[in-house]
Order: sequence, then structure tokens, then C-alpha cells
Amino acid sequence: MTNHWVDIKNADLVLIMGGNAAEAHPCGFKWVIEAKKDRKAKLVVVDPRFTRSAAVADYYAPVRAGADIAFLGGVVNYLLTNDKIHHDYVKNYSNAGFLINPDFKFEDGIFSGYNAEKRNYGKDTWGYQMGKDGFVMVDPTLQDPNCAFQLLKKHYSRYTPDLVSKVSGTPKDQFLKVCEYIAETAAANKTMTILYALGWTQHSVGSQNIRTMAIIQTLLGNMGMAGGGINALRGHANVQGITDMCLFGANLPGYIASPTEADVDRKTYVEKRTPKPLRPNQMNFPQNFPKWFTSLQKAWYGNAAKPENDFAYEWLPKIDGAYDTLAIFEKMHQGKMNGFVCQGFNPLASVSHKKKVGDALAKLKYMVVIDPLITDTSEFWKAHGEFNEVDATKVQTEVFRLPANLFAEDTGSFTNSGRVIQWHWKAADGPGESKGDVEIIAALFQKLKAMYAKDGGKLPEPIMNLTWPHRIADKPSPAELLMEISGKALADVFDPKDKTKVIVKAGEQVAGFAQLRDDGSTSCGNWIYSGCWSQAGNLTARRDNADPSGLGQTLLWGFAWPANRRIIYNRASCDMDGKPWDPKRTVIRWTGTAWAGNDVPDMRPDAAPAEGVMPFIMTPEGVARLFAPGMADGPFPEHYEPFETPLDKNPFSPGNPKALNNPAARVYKGDMEVFGKAKDFPYVCTTYRLVEHFHFWSKHVRINAVLQPEQFVEIGEELAKEKGIANGDRVKVKSNRGFIKAVAVVTKRIPTLMVDGKKTHTVGIPIHWGFKGLTKPGFITNTLTPYVGDANSQTPEYKAFLVNIEKI
Amino acid sequence: MALQSLDIARRSATTTPAPGVRQTTEVAKLIDVSTCIGCKACQAACMEWNDIRDEVGNCVGVYDNPADLTAKSWTVMRFAEVEEKGKLEWLIRKDGCMHCADPGCLKACPAPGAIIQYANGIVDFHQENCIGCGYCVTGCPFNIPRISQEDSKAYKCTLCSDRVAVGQAPACAKVCPTGAIQFGSKEQMKDYAAKRIVDLKSRGYDKAGLYDPQGVGGTHVMYVLHHADRPELYKGLPNDPSISPLVSLWKGFAKPLASVAMAAVALGSLFHYVMKGPNEVSKELEDELEKEDAK
Amino acid sequence: MQITRRQFFKVCGAGLSGSSIALMGFSPTSALAEVRTYKLAHATETRNMCPYCSVSCGVLIYTTGDKSKNAKADVIHIEGDPDNPVNRGTLCPKGAALLDMVKSPSRLKYPEVREAGSNEWKRISWDDALNRIATHMKKDRDANFIEKNAAGVTVNRWPSFGFLASSACNNETGYITHKVLRSLGAVAFDTQARI
Repeated sequence: MTNHWVDIKNADLVLIMGGNAAEAHPCGFKWVIEAKKDRKAKLVVVDPRFTRSAAVADYYAPVRAGADIAFLGGVVNYLLTNDKIHHDYVKNYSNAGFLINPDFKFEDGIFSGYNAEKRNYGKDTWGYQMGKDGFVMVDPTLQDPNCAFQLLKKHYSRYTPDLVSKVSGTPKDQFLKVCEYIAETAAANKTMTILYALGWTQHSVGSQNIRTMAIIQTLLGNMGMAGGGINALRGHANVQGITDMCLFGANLPGYIASPTEADVDRKTYVEKRTPKPLRPNQMNFPQNFPKWFTSLQKAWYGNAAKPENDFAYEWLPKIDGAYDTLAIFEKMHQGKMNGFVCQGFNPLASVSHKKKVGDALAKLKYMVVIDPLITDTSEFWKAHGEFNEVDATKVQTEVFRLPANLFAEDTGSFTNSGRVIQWHWKAADGPGESKGDVEIIAALFQKLKAMYAKDGGKLPEPIMNLTWPHRIADKPSPAELLMEISGKALADVFDPKDKTKVIVKAGEQVAGFAQLRDDGSTSCGNWIYSGCWSQAGNLTARRDNADPSGLGQTLLWGFAWPANRRIIYNRASCDMDGKPWDPKRTVIRWTGTAWAGNDVPDMRPDAAPAEGVMPFIMTPEGVARLFAPGMADGPFPEHYEPFETPLDKNPFSPGNPKALNNPAARVYKGDMEVFGKAKDFPYVCTTYRLVEHFHFWSKHVRINAVLQPEQFVEIGEELAKEKGIANGDRVKVKSNRGFIKAVAVVTKRIPTLMVDGKKTHTVGIPIHWGFKGLTKPGFITNTLTPYVGDANSQTPEYKAFLVNIEKI
Repeated sequence: MALQSLDIARRSATTTPAPGVRQTTEVAKLIDVSTCIGCKACQAACMEWNDIRDEVGNCVGVYDNPADLTAKSWTVMRFAEVEEKGKLEWLIRKDGCMHCADPGCLKACPAPGAIIQYANGIVDFHQENCIGCGYCVTGCPFNIPRISQEDSKAYKCTLCSDRVAVGQAPACAKVCPTGAIQFGSKEQMKDYAAKRIVDLKSRGYDKAGLYDPQGVGGTHVMYVLHHADRPELYKGLPNDPSISPLVSLWKGFAKPLASVAMAAVALGSLFHYVMKGPNEVSKELEDELEKEDAK
Repeated sequence: MQITRRQFFKVCGAGLSGSSIALMGFSPTSALAEVRTYKLAHATETRNMCPYCSVSCGVLIYTTGDKSKNAKADVIHIEGDPDNPVNRGTLCPKGAALLDMVKSPSRLKYPEVREAGSNEWKRISWDDALNRIATHMKKDRDANFIEKNAAGVTVNRWPSFGFLASSACNNETGYITHKVLRSLGAVAFDTQARI
């Protein structure tokens, strides 16, 4: 979330699309209700289903699963053709006037630079026009046909209400009604917040779904505002924190890109990732990259990381390609992996194409499951009737199951979706011999280290030299770890403006990332968390919930990254002179001498408005990107059909079969072949969560098993009639990868849509069942889902695929 | 004036006057159906706090689970898909004891002290005094109490009388994520409801209103409804509930009759109660009469 | 007023079994009315956080005992933390049922192993489990670690080992897990956060 949970109450319009906040985040959703009650805000829900969020909405419009870009592109077009944009904001705070390479083209559904064989783009033509001064050329009138604004206009002029309706299935009048609601927030003092979740990410165009909304929020001037922003309502309690710690092969903690094979030495690596500003006077915050990276290496390798050995750069593994979940299981399926650990992760249930995942696990030599509960994955080798058909005697994988503690039995910090890091305390011991997760990893590492110390082996240095400053080696304390994450001075740190002045003494905790250095004098395990445990102590444990501004900022509760800032890009909540667009919701303002107010300014505190330092400090441009050259699948979002689609061509580029699905999405051999076709699988299927359950955990929880005891699928009344299915009947749902059986819930809440002139039915499947637990045993829903991900993030396309359904 | 008073206002089958010196504030729970998302947090909190766990049932084609109130489910959400002016509405109502000011259950109850009405308005069942006759079920105009198959005693929502007694809100009210359940003095709740009704009217719900039915003297659980003119839309919320005529009969005629004319039998009944547990109308007689009634 | 014969009998039947008893002074218990005893009066309260979704609601965990040495803390109740600015004491149906998660019959209590081809779990000690796992890992790492690629660039990675990290663990777990994995040269790791 660029903003935070409580800030939702400051919105004038809440749009829920690509998510179902009432269902998946009920306690955060309360702030939607508060906005309605106290601000007279309106709630608009756009979803394939009439959801629990829709139940309390002012307006609901249906949309076909997988047609969000068509819908949102239509909104962009509506805003531009009806001149419902925040002009000053767009002109100054976005790259609208930036001139784009004239060779950039978009033809017949494909951008310039496409390589059909490799299914990817060369981005040479996607850049800016650079001036002789080394900066991007800008047309402040936004009239140049090659400026981002004009290209945007041209691109989305194709998204007419008629075509939008034809593709998305949203009746035209309902689409236009939603546009009207959204357009009202183009006023400088009106804001819309967008609450989305996996309904946008779990598509082969997931990142571009969100990008389209980012364009809309930029055009409306809603970024940085109280009650505005782009708000990803994330999954687990610490999904944000674990993302920040970057448990990804491709990133080091704090979103530091992992070195690749091309980064032959530290210099090459660092230079490539330290951008130059693209416009004069911009903060270009990523220019601090060397400080973050060096401080991380010092946190990990201490005295063994020194200038002479490039701060131990060599010890870091260099990646040679993708290592996302789908890529990992693909490698495993090919027999290229031997060992595998699932830490609180149940991939057999939660990764698409269960058969492929199960087959892959059976090829391992050993697997370790660390979990508080019995997971389906831990018993992938065991026959559970129709739910898991397997012959244990043929599975040679050795499986270990290690009992972990739950939240109640553990001390440490969680980061919520609003980026607020909060400390919690252990209440009781776990059952039996269960241990904390930190303890399990630490004990395992100590075993390995002892083996390498005794017997040697391949590259033992990074193992032997890994810093381990813990009082109990087998049981590091959460406090020790959070202090390491936050960072400290290893030598005295001096004020860059006055080299004689010590700002942090050696051994002291740093106050924030501004005090980090690239000379090895500081260590910091994750730069964005820097300052969360300062000399003042553990700021994540703060519990003063005072809210003097009434905006719900609670700056003394916990610690928000970065720098305890609650609303990111908050400089954009003010006009060019530093006056708030809406003084009643002042986030920060220019006082005449400094930026100050009800948040930590997202701006150099003494940057006078006249200096022209723009609000989007994390971009080298200083502004928000309407045209985003960094995306894998195009600088402008374009509608592509899901990989399993009821249509035989993309109505936005009907003549080009290559543009039917996302041309830059990665598809493995064998997976493309098992995509189903509409003639065999005529219904659009989408999977989702129910409020009574959480993934595959709560099926082990008695009360939740009582509240939703048995697996079901939801279909509309029309489809039920066509197929002779009555409410409560048992049905079989098939995709080209398998089948599940469940109870049918026939409901008015799943509308039949007219898509491309044809009646299109949706089948909805909640995901929560499996063969282990207290609920009635059920099938793993991901038996059905396709093995393809978003072109940028590789998040699987769980939200739009094809099935057939029949009464049993 | 405390609202957590435990003074008894009324006690089933007892004629001893209630204490009347201390002043008590009436409490109420307000269920704002227009902000309810049907998440069942109230159901979960109710089970958790009250140490009851219903059976793991089945999906019967709707979201309602458990499908009905039971001795172990004192509150359930009832989901209704209704089309109004061509627009789908998903009306979700938390069902449970209404804590009537004039409680039919208490009036019908023949077991002394099995049903208590506290001065703050809470109507509470005391299972140790319950004889399992099911009369509260007949007496309730909202069809709330349920007799347990395990111990043949009647159960229903206590409005978390144990929490209210120490100054806390009922578990369901505290837990409610959207604030659809509010708890406070009845006066506060009416004020809050009035604000909600103004807001709902501004959003086009012309008939929004408060459900505090006077046929049972008003209730200590009230609803804000978008369609207050048609409570039956909300899965059969009674339009104008009143105490069953049976209970009036019991009070006016049958009770003295039973008391005097059958006193001797009662002694036997007590013996039977102590030795064998609750009494029931003969199954054969019931069946026979059912058949006759059906004619 | 319509009363069927059956209903009339029921009324009288109830009269027999109930009220008349009290009338005669044979109430089964004394006339005191008490609410159920408040169960948290002397429980210990600990501030914690719901592990489910990213609202990260504050919770209060109630345990038996007062942390004295001989009184084993047992979780008896969990409810919302009213101070937490986001949830303000509220919880969803999952948060409200956290007690049943802590007490779930599906909780794992001991390390176990399922041997290759076997159809059952076998309880083992922590020491055995960690030794066996570490032995597997070291053997695999030493056999499959790539120090240099074909072009002679030092790459120092271990591609035959995978790890999927929870997004329900603490930040501290995430951090130490990442630190350990990179030190081993692991690259095939990802988190629930992606999917």
C-alpha cells in the first residue's frame, strides 16, 4: 500500500476491483465503512461476482475475469476524452511531457522490439529522447505527438465504451456509471483510493492490471494524497515483511537486485544499479544504492567484507535466470533438483497445476517441511482416495516434517500491508517439541557450519564467515536480529557537510538509511527498515496510538518503512508551491523553511518548492510514469486475453493471433499444450478465498470448519438451468489438467455476461479445501489451474481459465 | 447508573417481586444490517467466548453455516439474495436472541429461575434450572431457543452476560470488523441508529428504519434495516412479532389450572425430574395429535 | 386466537413438569441468579498479532497462570487488541477463532520422517532430524555447487536445492533465512508472497 489501512477512511471514493476487501481483509475494510459513515464516501465494486464487498457497495458493476485492462483502459480513455484529469498534477508530477523515442511503435497489439521466438521484448525503442544536457527532453505543453501524454491518448483511444463492453462483458451503461464516479475525483480536493489484491495480480497480465490503475491515479492526481494511493491489500500477516526481506532468488533484502552472471565484479554490478538522474535537481534516491549494498555485505560478512575483497562480492551467488516458484517447480519437474524445503508453505495446494507439482516433488531426494500444522504437501506421497491418487511405495523422496511454533508462541515483528512494522510478544510455549522458526534455521545452519568446519567442502568461506553475533548460537533472539536488520555504525560516522562532526558513534544503532555509508563503516541488514531499532530502542514496539491530525496517521505506533513515513509520495499532496491540494487533509506542507505536517515528508526536508524537486523520489525522473519502459510486456498496458480464453481472437487486435495472449509471458514446454480450448471447456473459471477461511490453514481450525465445512463451487442461475444443476447438487468441474467434485451453490451473485456477442458464464471456486484437516475432505482447487504466470512477476494465472461443469 | 447491573427484573415461574431500589441503564445491541458483510466473525467469537463448538456440517447450497441456530450455535448469519428495483441486494442478517423487553420465553417458562431477565434488559437462560420442556421455544416469537440433544436443556445467546457484568461488550459486538454490531445503552443505540438511517436515506433507501418491535415491548437487540417496511425480506424477520397466544393462555388459564388441579401429579413429576431428567409430552400422543391437527 | 388441541395439551403438560413444582416450593436450586463466571479475571494478557492476513490485527492472548514458575501458561482465549489503530479490538472469523488454531489437533509436536517408499511417519529426535537434513544438504551442495560458469565467471551458486519461504513468519525469520540461504549459495528460493 502506498497509503495505509486507516487512511482509507479519508477517501471520497473507494474503488474495489481486483480484490474483495470485505471477504479477504474484513478488519481493514472497516475503514471503508468509516469513510462511508463519516465522509459520505461512495463505494464502487467491479468484480466478476457480486461479492461481500458488493453487498455494502453503493454501486456494483460486473466484469469478466481477465478483462480488467479492457475496463481500466476504457476508464483512461474516458478521463482523457472528457477532460477529467488533474491538469497541474499531470503536467508537473508525471512524465506526460517526456518525449519518447520516435521509433517506439505499437502495431496490431504488439509493441516494437518483439521477439516471437523468445517471447520477449528488446526495449531499445522504449526509451526517452535525451537532450544534449544529458536529461530527458520535455514538452511542457504536452502537445508533441511523441510525448508520453499524446502516446497515451492515442493508445487508449481504441478503448471505446462499446469495445470495452464487448470485451469485458460489463454493460455499457454500468461501465460509464463507474467512469463517472471515478472522474469526480479529478478535482484537486477529491480522492479515490483503489483497493486491489490477488484479483489483479494473479493474471498473465497481473502487473499491467496494476499499472493501468497507476496511470488512472496519476491522471486524477490521487497519489500521495490522504485517502488516495494504490493500495495492494496483501496476503499473509507478514507477506509485506517477507517481501521486504526479499526471500527471492532475484533480490537481496530491501529490493536490492541480486547479482547476475553478467555482473562480473562489484564495480560492474554497482554501477549498473546506481542510476543517474533523468531530470535536473531530482533526488534520484536510488543513487544511494552503493551505501545500501555495502552495508548489507557488512551485516552479513562483518570484518571479512573489506574493500580489498570487494566487500566479499564474490561470495554472493550470481543468478543465471528465473527462480520464481513456477520456475523452481519446472526445474524440479525436469529432475534438476535434489533437495527442497517448505517453510510454512503448502505448494501442493497453493501452486497451480497440482499434478505437475506432485510429480515434481516425487523426483526429489529429500524434502523438509517446517510448519506448525499438517500440510497437504507434507503428505503428497500418501494416497488420500480421489483427493490424492498416488502410490507411496513408488515415491522415493525422503520427507522430514519439523514442528514449528505459531504466532502465540513467538516474539518478533510483522509488517502489515500498510508497511507498519509491529512487534509482538510470546504468550506460551508451543506444543510438544515444537520450536521457533528462527531457532530451526539457526540450528540447521550450525549443524552445516560444524560439518564444513570439520570436513571442508565446496566454498566454505561464506558459511564460515557469516556473521553470527548471537549470544546463543542455536537460538538467536529476535531483538538481536531486528537490530542487525536496522543497522549500526561499525566506525564513527561523520556528517558529510562537516567532516569533523560525528553523527553516529561506532557501535551505535543508526537512526535511518541517511546515515548508511558505502565505505564499510556501517552495517545494515535491510536498508528500508533502517531506523526501526535506533538508539532510542525498538520503535516497532511503540504503542502510542495518538492521532492528533485525525487522519489516522498514528506516527508513534510501531514504525513504518521507509523512515516511519505513512503515506508514500506525500510531497504530491501539495501543489508546486507546497500548498496542500486539500488543506482539510493536510499530509505535509511547505512551511516557508521546511516540509512538515502530519507525516514524515517524502522529500528532502529543506527542498524549497522553487528548487523543483519532484515528488516521486524513487524514480530517476522524479515524476510518476504514464509511460513505463521498465515493464516486460510494454510501456503501456494492453488488453490481452488470459491463456485460456472463451474468445478465439483479441477484439483489440483481431487480426493478430500473436496478440491473443500476453506475448511476453513465459510458458514452459508441456504447459502450453495443456491449455484448454473453449470448445471443450466453455466456461470462465476464477478461484478465490472466503472470509471464513484462510488458504489451507483454517481447515485445521474447528470453528472455521464449522463456519464453512464443505467444498463448493458457485454458478449463476442461468448456467445452472442450462446444465440441470440444482442448488446443493454435487458437480464435477473439469479443466484440461484435472477435475474436482464439490457441492453446487447456485446464486444470483454470479451474473451471465455478454462477451463478444456471446453469453458467457462464470464458475467460481473457493480454494480452501484439501485432504488434511477438520473440514470435510475436498479436492485441491489448484488441480485445475494453468501453469503460467504474469510476464513481470510470474504470479500464476489462478484468476481466469476455462472449465466445464456437469452434474454428478 | 450502571448498565452491567445484575439485578433481576423478572424470573421465570416466580412471583417474588424483583428488587427495585437501584437504578439500571438498559443495554442494547444494534445490528446495522446495511454495514454487515456476513463474515461470521460474530459466530466465531460467540463460539470461542462461550466455549461451544457446533458440529462440522455440510454445504447445503448456501453460505449459511451452521444452517440454523442450535444449542451450540447461538447466533447465525442468514443470507438472502433479493432483487429490488432490478438491482441485486445481498441482505445478510445476524440472527439470535432479541432480548425482548417482554420476553415470551420467560413468560412461558414453567421452571423457576431457568430464565432470568436482568434489570439491564438481558434475558439469560440458567441451564441448571432448565427442565428441557421446550416451552421457551413455543413462547419465543423469533424462534430462537434450542433444546440440546445432549443434555435436554435450552440454550440461546446470553448477550454475553458474563462480559457485560464486568463492563465489557458482548463478544460478537466487540469482534465485528465493520462495526455492524454496536453495543451500549439502549438510548445510545437508538441515537446511533438514527444517524445511520439518515445516511441510508441519503443513499436512496427511503424506507430505512429501526427494528425495535413494540409487540414484545421493544428489544435489546435491534436492527437497522434498509427496508424497514419489509423485515420479512431478511430471511423471515417477523413483521410484527408478538408473544404466542399460547403463552397468554398459559398465564391466564392453564397455569392456575395446572397448578391447582394437578398438584398431586406435580409431586410425581418432581420425583421423575430428579430421577430421570426432563419430562416430555408422550411421543405417541404428540404424533396422534399432529395427525389430527393436520386434518 | 387459534389454539389446537395439541397445543393445549402441551401447555398442560408443561404445567405438570415445571411450574407447579416451584409453586409448591420444590425448586431444583435456590433462587439465586448468577451469570457465568468471568473467565479472564486473573488470566495473563499478552499482546500479539493475528497471523492470517496483512491487516495484521493486534490481538490479546489470555493464558492461565501468572507466569510463576510452576504454573504452565496455557492459551485459553484470544480477542482483539483495542489499542491497535487498525483493528481497534475487532477481528474477523479467522482471528476470532485463533484459539482453535493454537489448539488444533493438526498441530505438529515432534520431528518426523517418512522414509523413501514408506507409507508412514516415524517420530525422530530433533538432533537426528537436523543431522540427517544437514547431511543431505551438504552432500548435495558439495556435489552440485557451481563455482564458475562456462565463460569462467565466478558464480558460486547451488542450483539443485530449493526453498520456499513462508510469508507468515516474523521479519527476523525471513532475514536470517535469507542470510543463511545466500551464504550457502542457494538461488532457487521464493516466497508465498509471490503467489
